[in-house]
Amino acid sequence: MNPFRLFRPVRSAPVARERLQILLEYERRMVSQSALITTLREEIFAVVSRHVTIDPERINVSIDRGEGFSTLAVDIEIPNKAAARA
Amino acid sequence: MGKVIVVTSGKGGVGKTTSTAALGAALARTGQNVAVVDFDVGLRNLDLIMGAERRVVFDLINVVQGVAKLPQALIRDKRIETLYLLPASQTRDKDALTEDGVARVIAELRQRFDWVICDSPAGIERGATLAMRYADEAVIVANPEVSSVRDSDRIIGLLDSKTTKAERGERMAKHLLITRFDPARAARGEMLGIEDVLEILSIPLIGIIPESEEVLRASNIGAPITVCGRDSAPARAYNDAARRIAGETLDMIVPGEKKGFFNRLFGRRAA
Repeated sequence: MNPFRLFRPVRSAPVARERLQILLEYERRMVSQSALITTLREEIFAVVSRHVTIDPERINVSIDRGEGFSTLAVDIEIPNKAAARA
Repeated sequence: MGKVIVVTSGKGGVGKTTSTAALGAALARTGQNVAVVDFDVGLRNLDLIMGAERRVVFDLINVVQGVAKLPQALIRDKRIETLYLLPASQTRDKDALTEDGVARVIAELRQRFDWVICDSPAGIERGATLAMRYADEAVIVANPEVSSVRDSDRIIGLLDSKTTKAERGERMAKHLLITRFDPARAARGEMLGIEDVLEILSIPLIGIIPESEEVLRASNIGAPITVCGRDSAPARAYNDAARRIAGETLDMIVPGEKKGFFNRLFGRRAA
């Protein structure tokens, strides 16, 4: 154990600052990502529903964040009867 | 047309209500007409902090639902004649507040007053989002402490997306009010410094309120700190913050910082 540690004042504020910076960077990204997903879902619905009748509840949009690249997955359920309309 | 300001924070207990009362009283003392509005339905407290708890007859929800007219529900302050309180309901639940109803009440308040200061409830639920919804500007109250700073960041995100101003593509002006600041602890590195919080949240600073016994004294006697503790450090800091909200440019006084020889010599960072 370093004997000098005993005399050093406890500076916890820098720890708080660093934890907050890391956390908020992550949380801001998550919030903006969920906003992006909402926009994508709305616009994809608008485009697809011009051609086929779909249920807005049956569209699943997700982003899988990876190291080098991320994957956008769009899953739309089209009822068989409605598909004929186009 | 008056200006609507929401006092918000996300986290509870950081000083929203104290700040609403203090800023409202400070603005009203300059002769401008001010309404302070309590949005904390079910847990109202602005009436108590203002010392008007025994004069509440009608409340915000009565006005929203058309049971009472706005002038019937407004309570005039006993000390400052241009200061009015619109209390929250203590018995109803927050679902009684509707978006249209709140829009109507805010529009009417805007016609009658120079300043409408909305005291938001804690959290990010309906009450909080309705309190900020029609605001022109926001005062974000934060303590130099991790959970408060994190919640402030969330609230800033909501102000930039869920308000009518944001939806119209306009920029919502945001002001940071740091409360319960302890300069001695910050200097020792035991508390986040002002510049730490500013760097993390990156919104302009409107005031630094030092931790003080005077604040509890003011709430005990039911008077805004800017009324009963005129010469105290927090009262002066709130008065300056109110003047900045009104558009004045003033030097920021950092509590505990003395422009003495010693400090200049060692060039201590502006905490």
